[in-house]
Amino acid sequence: MSAANTRHRGAGSQEAAGSQEGAGPAGRAPRNRTADRAGPAGPGSGGIRAERLSALAQQHGALVALLLTVLIASLSFDSFAGAGNLENIAVSSAFLAIVALGMTFVIVSGGIDLSVGSVFALGGVLAAWGSRYGPVVALLLALSVCGTIGLINGLLIARARLAPFIVTLAAMLGARGLMLNITEEGTSTFLLAKDSVFAELGRGKLLGVGIPVWITLVLFVLGGLLLRRTRFGQHVYAVGGNEDAASLMGASVTRTKVSVYVLSGLLAGLAGALNAAWLASGVTILGQGMELEAISAVVIGGTLLSGGMGYVSGSLAGVLLLKVIQNVINQIGSLDSAYQQVVSGAFLIVVVVVQTWLGRRRKARLTSPG
Amino acid sequence: MPPTRPGAYALSTRGLTKRFPGVLALDRVDFGVRPGEVHALIGENGAGKSTLIKVLTGVYAPDEGEVLRGGGPVSFGTPLAAQRAGISTIYQEVNLVPLMSVARNLFLGREPRGRLGLIDFGRMHRDGERLLSDYGVRADVRRRLGELGVGAQQMVALARAVSVDARVVVMDEPTSSLEPREVETLFGVIRRLRDRGVAVVYVSHRLDELYAVCDTVTVLRDGRTVHTGPLEGLERLRLVSLMLGREIGEVRAEGTTKFGGDHEAASAEPVLHAEGLSVPHQLHGVSFTVRPGEVVGLGGLLGSGRTETVKAVAGAVPRSAGRVTVAGAPVRTGSPGAAIRAGVSLLPEDRKSEGIVPGLSVRENIALAVLPRLSRAGLVSEARIDSLVRTFMERLRIKASSPHQKAGELSGGNQQKVLLARWLAAEPRVLLLDEPTRGIDVGAKAEVQKLVDELAAEGLGVLLISSDLEELIEGSDRVVVLRDGAVVDELTGDDVTEDRLMEAIAGAAEEEPHSEAPAETPAAVPMGDSAPGSAREGAPHG
Repeated sequence: MSAANTRHRGAGSQEAAGSQEGAGPAGRAPRNRTADRAGPAGPGSGGIRAERLSALAQQHGALVALLLTVLIASLSFDSFAGAGNLENIAVSSAFLAIVALGMTFVIVSGGIDLSVGSVFALGGVLAAWGSRYGPVVALLLALSVCGTIGLINGLLIARARLAPFIVTLAAMLGARGLMLNITEEGTSTFLLAKDSVFAELGRGKLLGVGIPVWITLVLFVLGGLLLRRTRFGQHVYAVGGNEDAASLMGASVTRTKVSVYVLSGLLAGLAGALNAAWLASGVTILGQGMELEAISAVVIGGTLLSGGMGYVSGSLAGVLLLKVIQNVINQIGSLDSAYQQVVSGAFLIVVVVVQTWLGRRRKARLTSPG
Repeated sequence: MPPTRPGAYALSTRGLTKRFPGVLALDRVDFGVRPGEVHALIGENGAGKSTLIKVLTGVYAPDEGEVLRGGGPVSFGTPLAAQRAGISTIYQEVNLVPLMSVARNLFLGREPRGRLGLIDFGRMHRDGERLLSDYGVRADVRRRLGELGVGAQQMVALARAVSVDARVVVMDEPTSSLEPREVETLFGVIRRLRDRGVAVVYVSHRLDELYAVCDTVTVLRDGRTVHTGPLEGLERLRLVSLMLGREIGEVRAEGTTKFGGDHEAASAEPVLHAEGLSVPHQLHGVSFTVRPGEVVGLGGLLGSGRTETVKAVAGAVPRSAGRVTVAGAPVRTGSPGAAIRAGVSLLPEDRKSEGIVPGLSVRENIALAVLPRLSRAGLVSEARIDSLVRTFMERLRIKASSPHQKAGELSGGNQQKVLLARWLAAEPRVLLLDEPTRGIDVGAKAEVQKLVDELAAEGLGVLLISSDLEELIEGSDRVVVLRDGAVVDELTGDDVTEDRLMEAIAGAAEEEPHSEAPAETPAAVPMGDSAPGSAREGAPHG
């Protein structure tokens, strides 16, 4: 049950939040400003440097904040840097990270997917039910149903041109309803057989590290290549950056959009299945609010919520940052668990403010008469 | 009027007709552009230029007639299909992805790929640099496109268009936001394209530019082709008269508008005083005054800065320099609210997007701007609004079933009156009217004109913009003439005639006779003095 609970445990870590504000993206801001003044007219080297800095701040701000938080936490709590605790953070991050990976594609393409939390839970229940027929059936069942939900989302958004917010909100309700129907209003829980092969996917270890963590790392490497180094990835950026231009330049907007929602559905379903394998059962109450957690991680990772810009690596850092904060708050123990969400919320605000600010600086620099 | 140069068209139309509800936008238009030709397409607002471009580039399908590409009829369902047929469009606003790097924009959809089908960025950057330097553009292709100036972005769009093997490039006002230096670079690129046999359709309102870069011109008016031929030797004044549809020397003894005679205003102190208004790229030190009871016309072609002038006065566009005073009190820049409080009301050109709220009732539309004034401690007296609305509906003869009818259901003329009522309710001292009678029927037009007259007679200062020369001449006591964002002339008294106005618009006074090759005449080059010459000499290679 630990995965279900970590989200709501913990208390507030002022040190962590403070360090982010001081040394994260916001800390670099003053340097940008002086460089801007030096070269407002155009391709001056000062202007380029400021631009690179702000891009770096956007791309790696979450990573810097993560490293600082980890550093401070390991200095403050002896228990933090222990292998057991780190392993715990890594595994509990893995499931959210896989969901956030799909969400990154969706948000870069200019959309949003609110259905992932429900799809995650549905995927878990389906996989747990299917695991009695073997691991292949378990995974295929979860992936095909969740992929189909993504496909329906994508078609409604790209072809019928409905708002992603509404379509995926409906899918969120629908998927959870479906899941409750399968489990008879959540009263019946599908348990995995004690030594089933499927359970190994969640519980097994390779070189001392949990298999879900390996799967997550592989998916992020593949996802990074897909987004940065393939034509499909370029189209995702283009569609999110300027849809009309993208279609004029020959990108298939419809296919790109449908693909990102299918990808998001597949990854959410896979994450749910892995989570079920890890917990050895399909837990029906999982995944509530997970979509918002995933969106937060993606945005903290430097992806523009308006689309057109974003990084897979940033999303991973964003997820880890959220989970480390949760963990640190657990370490403190004496604080109310509600503070964990306050801190996460504060992070989100800081990131969005910095992003907006950087964006405005850029715009101001461009339009200032030279 | 068949074009004079021989050779097959790269892209042409035959009997092209396009209708929109209630409007014949294109009326059997024949148009053609040849390889290696820069063809100017000009016309005033509503002449059908944009419709023609949209049909040529696959945005609209024609109702009748056909588009021919390389001799055979074609029909493009989408802009993408047109592009695949070798027709690229460079829009006013650059249609690329600003958040992606220059190289990614250049190669989107056809990125060079290496092993495993992954994109080879090294090669992409090298190719991109080569492509841009081919057109004399130096830019770091790794930078985000949005970080470049608009001019450089446009070059990137051009380079992309041509590198996808465009044989026809359509440019819709490409220079509207460029610096003079960037304009010269752009012209260099256009000439290089021409030398490579690309057909260029060039739309611009700046006559200087046309003479600098175009070979041929087609003038559209009211959806028809009124002239096609070489630009060389075509007088500027003639060009203007073709666009406006007025013969030189043709002045009617009696107008058809409902404007009365001149108003006695000469003696009063100006109520509106604008001094040195500047907006980057658009206005360069525009000054004028309006006295109470006077109608001052703002003349000029589309794109000469008329709309920008009234917007700068009304605070809708922030000005980079200049002062506006109303009855002696300065008005802060960039704040429509401050302008309204100072007594300046603007009736915008675009009723639909900047004025009427179609879903609200007539009553609500009228009361919108005066709510703050009618409310006491934040509460609005319904009775006071009712009486105000009733007064204006009677006064302006607004035809609506009741004050509660939705404004969107009214005719264009009545919508315009609702807007007028809204601004009059704010009790302005100065009324700025931007094309107040465009798109409304004849009867309503006459009523609006009569109303403007009455308002001036009551002591309001009025600034009037109209593309209808007759309306401008008969409605105005004085006409301030703009060209390229600057005041070039002011017509007063007996000089307020169509002939004088057309001369002023065309800049006939300064014009040299274009007997020799106009494209090579330094006088025809916009703005720059020294830079243009060298840029042009560099052009005809390749």
